[in-house]
Amino acid sequence: MIPVLSVRGLKVSIRTDEGRAEILDDIGLTLERGRILGVVGESGCGKSTLIRSIMGILPRAATVDGGEVWFEGENLLAFSEAELNDGVRSSRIGFIPQDPLLALNPVFKVGTQMLEIMRWHAPPDGLRGAARQRAHVGRLVGLLKRMQVPDPETALERYPHQFSGGQRQRLLIAAALACAPGLVIADEPTTALDVTTQHQILLLLRELVAEFGISLLFVTHDFGVVAELCDDLCVIYAGQTVEAGPVQAILDAPSHPYTRALLACHPDRATTFLGIPGSVPSPLARPPGCLFAPRCGDARALCLAARPPQGQARSGAEVRCVQFT
Amino acid sequence: MTPDPILTLRDVSVRLGGRKGFLQRTVLPVQAVKQVSLDLRSGEILSLVGESGCGKTTLGRTILGLQRESEGEILLEGRRVSGLTPEAARRARSIVQYSHQDAGAALDPWWSIGRTLEEGLRIHGVRNASERRDRVASMLQAVGLDPTSARRYPHEFSGGQLRRLALARILLLQPRVLILDEPTSGLDMSVQATVLNLLLELRETFSLTYLFISHDLSVVERLSDRVAIMYLGRIVELGTANTVFGHPTHPYTRTLLAAAPRLSGRRASGPSLVRGDPPNPRLVLPGCSFFDRCPIGVPACQEAAPKLQPVATGHEVACHRADVEEKQGLAVGQTASIGAKRRA
Repeated sequence: MIPVLSVRGLKVSIRTDEGRAEILDDIGLTLERGRILGVVGESGCGKSTLIRSIMGILPRAATVDGGEVWFEGENLLAFSEAELNDGVRSSRIGFIPQDPLLALNPVFKVGTQMLEIMRWHAPPDGLRGAARQRAHVGRLVGLLKRMQVPDPETALERYPHQFSGGQRQRLLIAAALACAPGLVIADEPTTALDVTTQHQILLLLRELVAEFGISLLFVTHDFGVVAELCDDLCVIYAGQTVEAGPVQAILDAPSHPYTRALLACHPDRATTFLGIPGSVPSPLARPPGCLFAPRCGDARALCLAARPPQGQARSGAEVRCVQFT
Repeated sequence: MTPDPILTLRDVSVRLGGRKGFLQRTVLPVQAVKQVSLDLRSGEILSLVGESGCGKTTLGRTILGLQRESEGEILLEGRRVSGLTPEAARRARSIVQYSHQDAGAALDPWWSIGRTLEEGLRIHGVRNASERRDRVASMLQAVGLDPTSARRYPHEFSGGQLRRLALARILLLQPRVLILDEPTSGLDMSVQATVLNLLLELRETFSLTYLFISHDLSVVERLSDRVAIMYLGRIVELGTANTVFGHPTHPYTRTLLAAAPRLSGRRASGPSLVRGDPPNPRLVLPGCSFFDRCPIGVPACQEAAPKLQPVATGHEVACHRADVEEKQGLAVGQTASIGAKRRA
């Protein structure tokens, strides 16, 4: 079976005043149908750029320098803006944003905003005009009921500020699912929420994946959330995939020195709080060798000379490190 | 023997707001902190944990004196500091300093770091300019930054470095108690680790006592000596980190611990332990404020608010049903409908 989403060797750079910044440098990930893939990385590692490349909403200064984004058997990078807009975004790929308050317009009723998405992007159902609108309202109310939004019938008539943070996030999950997409991309959807609310949202997402037959790409920096929610994991460092595989295998036996160092910083695991020495290399001047080598305790001369190839660790994870080739 | 408390709160309550608002609408006051009694022992790290709106930041600001307590009293090193004139209160409380949640916002973008750091010393009466410069330089070194940083501006620093600067700024004033409001929120894990490490080092170097305000339970468990769990302005459970995390007794604490994502990954599945949203702090109901969401509540809980009672040495819980076993309690099914009815 072909994966829902497969990103291969994606390279994206952005023009800046100081030169060309290589934001993504060989990103690869695979999301199998019906699974939840967690993408983990620290700030500035290219998580947002990756999402934007998949959805075709990169800033103007950015260019895709190479690679492929395969979605349900089609290369999205070959799509025109109009094709993406009419046939992919919202209709086939749903998006759950990080900040539910920023994503909703405060001066429009939530129903108006959600119905507009459906008016433009919902698949044709043979209905037109008022009948189509009524069908959309019906579907939204059903979705809100499923999302456990209180009073789903009247919720569409209310404004964003009348909902709590957790409820707003439920509204946006409903909006992402409104046009029955096959893939949903969530960008740190729980960072703005309290732990108990976060827990409820994570439970909900997990149920929805099974119920609606969607696949979920979950971007986060929180390993705890990944451990609770995801099936597969992809660790990104400085715009490269450094380790990818099943979540449990990687958490049990992290292979790449970066994954190991990062997990060792987690308060649940840390013996001492030492952090990782050094800092992420600037995207303006990436070193020729392994991007983690300057901070790596196991780095050898070989690591500094050339980019390490992809290898396989005993845990089954794909690892970009000379130790595993 | 436990060391003397450096800071004592006795039945401190804080009321916020309560005025005619926009278009003459009455804004109800919020009882942000309710009858909190707490001892901060010299040299310890006490964590204050709770969800947003539970009053933990207000409590921190009250201890600092930025917010006046409406009832109760605060003692610093055994001396009463409540009810003093603003000037005297400021002097008395200068041994307490506060580190802001957003370290970058606490620094003036137009001022060099050196100028910002020296300002505190100038206000506190250090007249000699070269002495001020020397103290700033050695403090920058103490927090792990280059002394030449004094010539640079806030935007030139990363998030982790800004936290270090914020710490340097308050440590220059030689505090004994630091109130750390979410000192690691928004930091990457590797940077968070170095900041936590620095906090532990500084505590040794300067013999500090920390009141650590956080909602990150993983960090709290690793760092704290004692933990206070807050819910809607009240401390509902207080004890050593080992007892609170090892034997959580208040149903809210259990809920919170069960909801926190941990690396061990219990996997998000099964029925949620948590119901409903964090409640509106303006809504004042008699009885236990957690009743609406409590899995083990009984109707009697609605009658009186529970007080903190010791359940073991160094472990206090405010719950009428603290003796109910976890499993037995969660099996009580009909409480859900009671909670729902009360909300409706």
